[in-house]
Amino acid sequence: MSSVNDWAAPNPVTTNRSGIIGKPVDRYEGPLKVTGTAPYAYEVQPPSPPAYGVMVGASIAVGRIAAVDTAEAEAAPGVLTVWTHLNVPAQPARGTKAHPRSTQGSKPAFESDRVTYWGQPVALVVADTLENAVAASHLVRLTYEAETPDVDFRARLADAGQPLGEQDMEVGDFDGGFAASAVKLDETWVTPIQNHCQMEPCASVVWWEGDKCVAHTSIQMVKPAQHGLAETLGIDRDAVHLLTRYIGGGFGGKGQTYDDLTLAALAARALGRPVKVAFTRQQMMHGTIHRPATVMRVRLGAEKDGRLNAFSIMTWTHCHKEGSFTEHASNFARALYAAPNRLTGHRLIKLDLPHAGPMRAPGEASGTMSLECAMDELAEQLGLDPVELRIRNEPPVDPENGRPFSQRQLVRCLKEGAQLFGWDRRLPTPGLVRDGRWLVGMGMAAAIRGNFLLPAKCSFSVDADGVITVRQGMTDIGTGTYTVLAQIAAETLGVTLGEVRVEIGDSELPPAPGSGGQFGAASAGSAALAAGMNLRRAIAELATGDPNSPLYGDDPTLVTFQDGVVAIENKSETLATLIRRAAPAGLTIEGDSRPAADMREWSTQTYGSHYCEVGVDTVTGEVRVRRMLGVFAAGRILNYKTARSQLTGGMIWGVGSALTEGNVVDPRYGSLINQDLAQYLVPVQADIGELDAIMLDEVDDKANPMGVKGVGELGNSGAGAAVANAIYNACGVRVRDYPITPDKLLAGLIAKGL
Amino acid sequence: MKAFTYERASDAKAAVRAAAETPGARFIAGGTNLLDLMKLEIEQPQHLIDVSRLPMAGIEETATGGLRLGAAATNSAVSADERVRARYPVLSEAILAGGSPQLRNKASVAGNLLQRTRCAYFYDTSKPCNKRQSGSGCGALEGLNRNAAIFGASDACIATHTSDMAVALTALCADIETLTPSGDARRFPLADLHRLPGETPHIETHLIAGELITAVVLPPPPPGAQAYRKVRDRASYAGGLASVAVAGGQVALGMVAHKPWRAEAAEAALSSGASASEAIAQELAGASPLGRNDFKIPLVARLATAVITDVAGRAA
Repeated sequence: MSSVNDWAAPNPVTTNRSGIIGKPVDRYEGPLKVTGTAPYAYEVQPPSPPAYGVMVGASIAVGRIAAVDTAEAEAAPGVLTVWTHLNVPAQPARGTKAHPRSTQGSKPAFESDRVTYWGQPVALVVADTLENAVAASHLVRLTYEAETPDVDFRARLADAGQPLGEQDMEVGDFDGGFAASAVKLDETWVTPIQNHCQMEPCASVVWWEGDKCVAHTSIQMVKPAQHGLAETLGIDRDAVHLLTRYIGGGFGGKGQTYDDLTLAALAARALGRPVKVAFTRQQMMHGTIHRPATVMRVRLGAEKDGRLNAFSIMTWTHCHKEGSFTEHASNFARALYAAPNRLTGHRLIKLDLPHAGPMRAPGEASGTMSLECAMDELAEQLGLDPVELRIRNEPPVDPENGRPFSQRQLVRCLKEGAQLFGWDRRLPTPGLVRDGRWLVGMGMAAAIRGNFLLPAKCSFSVDADGVITVRQGMTDIGTGTYTVLAQIAAETLGVTLGEVRVEIGDSELPPAPGSGGQFGAASAGSAALAAGMNLRRAIAELATGDPNSPLYGDDPTLVTFQDGVVAIENKSETLATLIRRAAPAGLTIEGDSRPAADMREWSTQTYGSHYCEVGVDTVTGEVRVRRMLGVFAAGRILNYKTARSQLTGGMIWGVGSALTEGNVVDPRYGSLINQDLAQYLVPVQADIGELDAIMLDEVDDKANPMGVKGVGELGNSGAGAAVANAIYNACGVRVRDYPITPDKLLAGLIAKGL
Repeated sequence: MKAFTYERASDAKAAVRAAAETPGARFIAGGTNLLDLMKLEIEQPQHLIDVSRLPMAGIEETATGGLRLGAAATNSAVSADERVRARYPVLSEAILAGGSPQLRNKASVAGNLLQRTRCAYFYDTSKPCNKRQSGSGCGALEGLNRNAAIFGASDACIATHTSDMAVALTALCADIETLTPSGDARRFPLADLHRLPGETPHIETHLIAGELITAVVLPPPPPGAQAYRKVRDRASYAGGLASVAVAGGQVALGMVAHKPWRAEAAEAALSSGASASEAIAQELAGASPLGRNDFKIPLVARLATAVITDVAGRAA
């Protein structure tokens, strides 16, 4: 097995001779996206005119479909077929894996008459046009036997249990340590259900070429989608060609497939023509996953000098009755601050709500909204600066398991952020800074997110024009995958970006784990580097073995790759010349990467700090973010532009989490009340003032051969807490029930006599 | 979306005639609200009469020193008009507080007045809503009604009118001009356009079937300063939680009732020398909150006090 020590040797990415690694180059696919010519799944042109499928969602939360009347829908203009559980083609039972190594089992649509959440897809209308399908979908008459939905999370907290297979993590004696602490804090925070609200709703277009199913869909992970669809269709995995070239946002919500893909594939097979199926914006809210609500109790016990003696965060959360997803909002805290007595854990309640699942920075996003505000409150109790409190609790090794940190620049993130932001101008007493109608305050929070490396493969080709093509079953969900793969290829083979092509999002390409958990760039990129190194070796051997090459007979390990030229000292020829002459059909070679066996001997995390200044309108309770700065340490940065975009995007998500975002359940119906982007409020341009993200120089050689880590989740971690802390500093009101909307803040302002 | 037929009206009289003669006909101008509602089958017109290209987009001076805003003038055009900005700044501010630039570029004056509520239960066709389906009940009454009305609501409907522009026009004592299906021109105060919900929240205005709004007429601006302020969860593209328009001594409130709410009790108190906070307290004495929207009482009190005081200070 490999060791992280193998990663210490220099390679083209770490040497970065041309300087392209890290450079803020424009997005590879940017011109296509801004000219509207990047085909997203629903826009892919099938080989023949498609039919259009429209789904119907259940209008009860729990119960059964007692009667189905599709006569009117079937008779409507242009309708080709109408399906419910009564007549949908047979599919293997849920979870079936005909192939034992499938990464995803069968996910049948319309399994039975049973409804287990509001909005669950229960019928499909396929018609010749989208308009006809939509019109007919309103004519499907379903009669339900409804049961009383069990959906009131807050009322069911006492019934929550330990998630299956989990136990609380206790180090030392929390109760004793807490009781003995000089200064104590014990508060509870609440975060709401959040919806992903990707710009591109889930969508699929599928057609069949003989026995082969060609499926374009919008998905973060290619292989599980391919396997799951094959299992659902009861066909061989190789008989599914799944493509996902351009993706309009994922955020965790597209880590799995939904009924759009299953139904499009089944209908295309049944009708013998391509079929498109998409979720509407309204259907996305219920029919896909959401980030579940949490209740988090944080207890901090400190000595008078600020050192934590006891620390606990316990999270209550919910998932679907038949699900098991747990929002692990306590886990992130295990590696964050030193304290000898520690207790973290989770309690889960299963409800008749739609499926809970991962959303951007799962765990951290919710968890930091409690702990990082608790630290702010504790700092005030202690009379300490919140930055200083965190520095005083900086652990020398991972406080939970004693492992050394591979890299830990949290303190530097805190200090540099404070300096760049002008934190020294913050007045510790709330309510003292006024700008017209606004009370102005500053807040900060720490950020942390774990690091992962997953196995991946990649292929590299060079053709007779010296063009390098990277091929990988990877995805780009707007993060910059295309671009960083091109940069790695250019640096590794010594060519310009103009001489690199990238093909991803295809199940027939070498598999990669996809985008999620901020493991994408590290995992996919490491495989790309490996493939690039293999191609370098092959090219070097080709040159030194070719009697017509000026490099003939030399040591292939001495060949250099620069500016499209292969050379040994003063002997050289262009890459294109070499390939055209010696391998006119081109060369293709694969590479792979996998986690090192000893990776887990280090605690490997990404870190950051958030600084935020808000204005609070004391008349109305409105909050507006005036400026925000994040400073992050996340290993080597492959592209400062795409990394910064991810970080600022995460920070903006934090602003939304603090101020506007959330969905609420009407317990009478068991449905979410906000069903479109005019009701579910994500931040808009006007909500974001001055905002920047800075990345510290770092190389984490315990993370992977390139020393890179991820940034996709990190920017979100802690961002909302910094906003909440700034609100307190501005006006002296703590709202622990997110989002902090004017109605909630106004109550606090009035209570304070403001 | 249900199938529908479409015609582009050649002139206003033909438009109203067609509207009266064609069952299920609706006018369409910018379509920024109607088309969304049609896609969800909340609105199901059988026939659309496009009035967006009728020559009603002008903004012109009136003989009495006011302005006539053509019904088809876009919200962007009205808010940017130099005369509006100079003489009716409350109107310009209110329009700019609504929607987004893209919506304001399409939305018309008349369409803005006739936009429908943003109540979530109105939008969700699986839920009861007397406004959407008369007699089906009100899902919001016992539901998540944080943004519901505090004035003039009924058990049948607690929805609010969400136009910003209409609040400013109400404070400015605007009139509207219409063309009836018989071809007669009518003119009446904007305050008489919208109805309170009563038992028939699906009937939202006093327009007769097929009647077309052709213009909004602004009287000369009242003496004194003007201001519009809207409270909302996010800084743009969000319906308000409450708003207030002040033009001299005239005050209107938004997002608190089924119609733009002329604060007559507050105006009367102000004219008899009450302070701003006393005046708005008189208005709010008539409010009836529902629990989740209780915050609107102190919110409106504080907001209106601040804006009335600010305007009075600027006028002095």
